[in-house]
Amino acid sequence: MSEYKITLELNGHEVTGNAEARMTLVDFLRDNLEQTGTHIGCEHGVCGACSVIFDGRPIRSCLIYAVMANGHKITTVEGLERTNGTLSPLQDAFWENHAMQCGYCTPGMLIASHALLQENPDPNDEEIREAIGGNLCRCTGYQQIIEAVQSAAKKMREIP
Amino acid sequence: MKAAPFEYIRVNTLDEACQALSESGEHARIIAGGQTLVPLMAMRLARPSLLIDINDVEELSGISIKGEHLVIKAGTRQVKALSSEIVREKIPLLAEALSHVGHTQTRNLGTVGGSLVNADPSAEIPLIAQTLEATIVVQSVRGKRSIVASEFFESAMVTSLAPDECLVEVCFPIWSGERNGYGFQEVSIRDSDYALAAAAAQLTLDESDNCKKLSLSICGASPTAIRLRPLEEALLGKHPENQVIIEACEIIDDLIDPQADVHADADYRGRVAKVMARRAISDARDRAKGSLK
Repeated sequence: MSEYKITLELNGHEVTGNAEARMTLVDFLRDNLEQTGTHIGCEHGVCGACSVIFDGRPIRSCLIYAVMANGHKITTVEGLERTNGTLSPLQDAFWENHAMQCGYCTPGMLIASHALLQENPDPNDEEIREAIGGNLCRCTGYQQIIEAVQSAAKKMREIP
Repeated sequence: MKAAPFEYIRVNTLDEACQALSESGEHARIIAGGQTLVPLMAMRLARPSLLIDINDVEELSGISIKGEHLVIKAGTRQVKALSSEIVREKIPLLAEALSHVGHTQTRNLGTVGGSLVNADPSAEIPLIAQTLEATIVVQSVRGKRSIVASEFFESAMVTSLAPDECLVEVCFPIWSGERNGYGFQEVSIRDSDYALAAAAAQLTLDESDNCKKLSLSICGASPTAIRLRPLEEALLGKHPENQVIIEACEIIDDLIDPQADVHADADYRGRVAKVMARRAISDARDRAKGSLK
């Protein structure tokens, strides 16, 4: 089967690789570009672990072939850290509020909550639940994740 | 959970898409959002030999008013339709239903046309197309044709779209005039899941609060979303008090064909459908009166 050349703007940098048409974006990120922060869970759009930001909006990277993302802007969990390499306020808040245990869902949860806070800097609990509604967590029971997002939102409003 | 190998092309115009479909036979598939096709391919329930990517086709994206219709182009993202002021103002029933389609991550890529051609029996967009008698426009190298929703959806995941045809747009009739109201009710296991059953109603009241016009459909309780015309006829000209609605809804048992699955048995699904219908009608009535926002 043919291979296709794929160029992405990944976390602000232009990257290039080759992939068969059937390679999903998440496999391309992990296997070809060695960006393993994005996790693969169910591979058919149920768990949300593979969420990335695509042209400014969160999507599931297992539900798009890499070749379809050619020419687009992608932000993965690796792209959330501050420019000096320290954790973002949201990532810090996940740590401080015990918003993870096994860590499997964490990249997807961070992407979903980051996208929410970009659009809505002061979400209520219901809006947070809606935003992470497509992401499964089997450890935390979600409550600490909601608390982490609230705490990050508060901090980010105080220190823009 | 990896798709079988396939070839891929990206087209820039509708004509190119139709040409590619015509040349590749029935093993080619159009892909836009891919939010149902990609998982089907991962599970190898679908094995197209060629995917024709229409994401760059500008003429297949956009929302506009044409005469008495709201026209949504097939490749319009669900998120665009959900956040559209025109949709909210002209067809609030559709806006309400769109908020129940998948979740943020799938609505950001998923398209209005994709949901129609996928024809899931529980899906909300086909439900609204049935309720409002939308017209679905398709094109192939053989020409263009319009199909009314009731003839487009044939069975679960089956439509009358021919293998060489590409969906172009869907046209929802806009109800003009005063005293219109809508109701949308759904029960699902979790917010973003497919509906166990959902109902959509739109009605017009006359000056004495009698039901002048009513459209009602149910999804999740039959192989396709279905319009419940005998129930509509039973309520026409009547004062739609709760008790009148409840009694009229008894006929639903004879009109639907609910199936059991892992989430609900057939009997429960049928009962949910009936309750959703009652609530959708009473919400529509209250909105027509102005007592419900």
